[in-house]
Amino acid sequence: MSTQDIRERIDAFPTHRIGPYRVRAGRPFPYGATPVPGGVNFSVYSDGATTMSLVLFEKGATRPSAELEFPPEFRIGSVYAMTVFELDTENLEYGFRADGPFDPERGDRFDAGQVLSDPYARLISGREVWGREPDWDNVYHYRAQVLNDDFDWDGDRPLRIPAEDLVIYETHVRGFTRHTSSKVSAPGTYAGMREKIPYLRELGINCLELLPVFEFDELDNPRTDPVTGERLYNYWGYNTVSFFAPKAGYAATGPFGMQADEFKSLVKELHKAGIEVVLDVVFNHTAEGNEQGPTISFRGLDNATYYMLTPRGEYYNFSGTGNTVNCNHPVVRDFVLSCLRHWVAEYHIDGFRFDLAAILDRAPDGTPLPNPPLLEQLAYDPVLRHTKLIAEAWDAAGLYQVGNFPNYGRWSEWNGKYRDAVRRFVKGEPGLVGELATRMAGSPDLYQGRTSSASVNFITAHDGFTLADLVSYNDKHNEANGEDNNDGANDNNSWNCGEEGPSASAHVRELRMRQMKNLLTILLTSQGIPMILAGDEVGRTQLGNNNTYCQDNDLSWFDWELVKANADLLDFARALIAFRHAHPVLRSSDHPTGTDRVGSGYPDVSWHGVRAWAPDWAGHGRVLAMMRCGRHAKGGSVADDHVYVAVNAHWESHDLELPTLPDGQRWHLFADTGTAVHRLGGEPELEHPGRFHLGAHSSVVLVGRAAHRTTP
Amino acid sequence: MAFDVTLRINDKVATIQLTGELDASTAGEFHATVGRAAGEGAVELVIRAEQLDYLSSAGLRSLVFARQKMGDEVRIAIVGASEPVARTIRLAGFDHSIDLVDA
Repeated sequence: MSTQDIRERIDAFPTHRIGPYRVRAGRPFPYGATPVPGGVNFSVYSDGATTMSLVLFEKGATRPSAELEFPPEFRIGSVYAMTVFELDTENLEYGFRADGPFDPERGDRFDAGQVLSDPYARLISGREVWGREPDWDNVYHYRAQVLNDDFDWDGDRPLRIPAEDLVIYETHVRGFTRHTSSKVSAPGTYAGMREKIPYLRELGINCLELLPVFEFDELDNPRTDPVTGERLYNYWGYNTVSFFAPKAGYAATGPFGMQADEFKSLVKELHKAGIEVVLDVVFNHTAEGNEQGPTISFRGLDNATYYMLTPRGEYYNFSGTGNTVNCNHPVVRDFVLSCLRHWVAEYHIDGFRFDLAAILDRAPDGTPLPNPPLLEQLAYDPVLRHTKLIAEAWDAAGLYQVGNFPNYGRWSEWNGKYRDAVRRFVKGEPGLVGELATRMAGSPDLYQGRTSSASVNFITAHDGFTLADLVSYNDKHNEANGEDNNDGANDNNSWNCGEEGPSASAHVRELRMRQMKNLLTILLTSQGIPMILAGDEVGRTQLGNNNTYCQDNDLSWFDWELVKANADLLDFARALIAFRHAHPVLRSSDHPTGTDRVGSGYPDVSWHGVRAWAPDWAGHGRVLAMMRCGRHAKGGSVADDHVYVAVNAHWESHDLELPTLPDGQRWHLFADTGTAVHRLGGEPELEHPGRFHLGAHSSVVLVGRAAHRTTP
Repeated sequence: MAFDVTLRINDKVATIQLTGELDASTAGEFHATVGRAAGEGAVELVIRAEQLDYLSSAGLRSLVFARQKMGDEVRIAIVGASEPVARTIRLAGFDHSIDLVDA
């Protein structure tokens, strides 16, 4: 036997022939299509199918080139597995055809007339260019392809930034650079986003949260703009077609099938810049929708396994979109876990934000589980061990779990109560001083016994008003969505500062600018993880539309001209983010207790009003000041300055009495939203050490430190 | 144009000349040539691409293969790639592990 013979693997030989194809029984795991020596291993699960075929296409061909029915001996349990040899994987598209009963009342919706996409496909073709109309008569729209995982990661390792040190920036791959003003070489793509990394670095964020990047179909929206007649898209992408495949239409190299490499390259470069990547993932429903929707994959493979069904076989709809994924079915749990492991292992993703995560703790019959196995499994999984897990802790059927989402010491939550309290306080509602203090302290009322990074603090997100619109509109203006302004939230807690929409009044514009700065000030000095909506740092507007899920145009896109036009706001945001990074006292992981735990002579947090040490918790108070004692930073393990933040949501100015500092220390002005922001370390000492005149609708950030410290 | 690949080694600098289309059907030949260059202990690999008409995704992956085969110490330069070929390399992010050089 020659050396070459010894090196050849014995499983590289076919045992069967189906037509011209040479095959052998495959391995059931991993599911999907996996390159193996000499061929490709295909594996698919279906409990109820009577026959299963592998359907092969030459790339782009309308008709299949072959259909290979799995011989009975290739089925193990309910898994069909076959290795097919000598395939040209670059020119190959594949799917499955499952035959079985069509009996909706029993949960079965098999349809042998459909070619089904592989739920584990690593690569999907058919939607390579964003918005390009496909041939709707094509028998197979979302075509699975084989992926070679041979990306050069160049030593990339997870950054593992402590959760409490994160500043999250929520954005959309296409919207971030699609505007012509972005001046990138490939607008609206992963590659385009890569060119904007210097901007992100300069802004100071260290975590990029991307709206869905799993393959979805932007063309599944049947509506048009009622005025212009232009088609509307599913722009946000909360309608997953394929959970293991990156969206090809977001890749400049999608037409070459290089979307995986292009996305990995983005992740690698972000990591080099010190920025983690969190993906917004949607496991609560799929693009197949209800019984009126298309059969793409799950419905035709095993409807009753993958979806929650009523006893009569109808779709439960806890997601508000027609169907609900049966997340706590053991087979589906395995699917979700495999999917997340795939993104961590193959794409080096650092964390996930789960859309309508409350659905993940519902049993197959829809009832909430006290100890949901999926959530527990994700929390303890060896591959996901250090990833960030963030829940949108509610669903569309009224299950609201902010503060009590099953967390296993691992999960964080989008804190909707933080958003509402801060908005209401800053717009000037009375009676919120107490709640604002609780929210700024990391919401210990909600997260007692958990670290303060359980709370992802946000004021705006993709869903709802932008920061600029929050201070420019009392009401939503969603007419362009084609639903008579009936879509989108009504409880926005917004205030237009005296005039609805764009204003010619210098006074109104100046007030709005101050209000935006007030909101950013609270967000970036609160304990918990701050999340900023992309563009808020430059005053991006959606003209009052608070539900731009379908708007693939200037309403949604980041207008880079604003970087110059609103340079003042951008400077302010950058400075505040830098301030947060520079002051660990704002980023402790334990909740402050209001007591002195390190013998500094000051409590870790203290509350003040117009009078020092005398917060006005009464009904009509609109002034709150918070002082953090630097000696308590990170549990007393690092040294920091005192930080004092006061917010005046009143329409009148106030003379604040400042708390006295330890001997030799003086208050220095870092930022006043009504006047200026100063360079870190170069903050001027206050003229009057004991008091500060705070203007109407204004905030101030002071640093307490030795009076004559020289700065570099 | 028919695919052709030639290898020349001069003072530890390996030069591979590519002609025609580098795709799934021709990548194997390119891989074998890269393997020979690695076997000769080349410290630099120059890929002359002026005559390269087309680079498919399999062709792009061949560049990844070359990077991995030659090792991190070896500089790899692609010289004279046409703008469409160079653009694809850049957008996919491969320009971070190999140098794109004008002819």
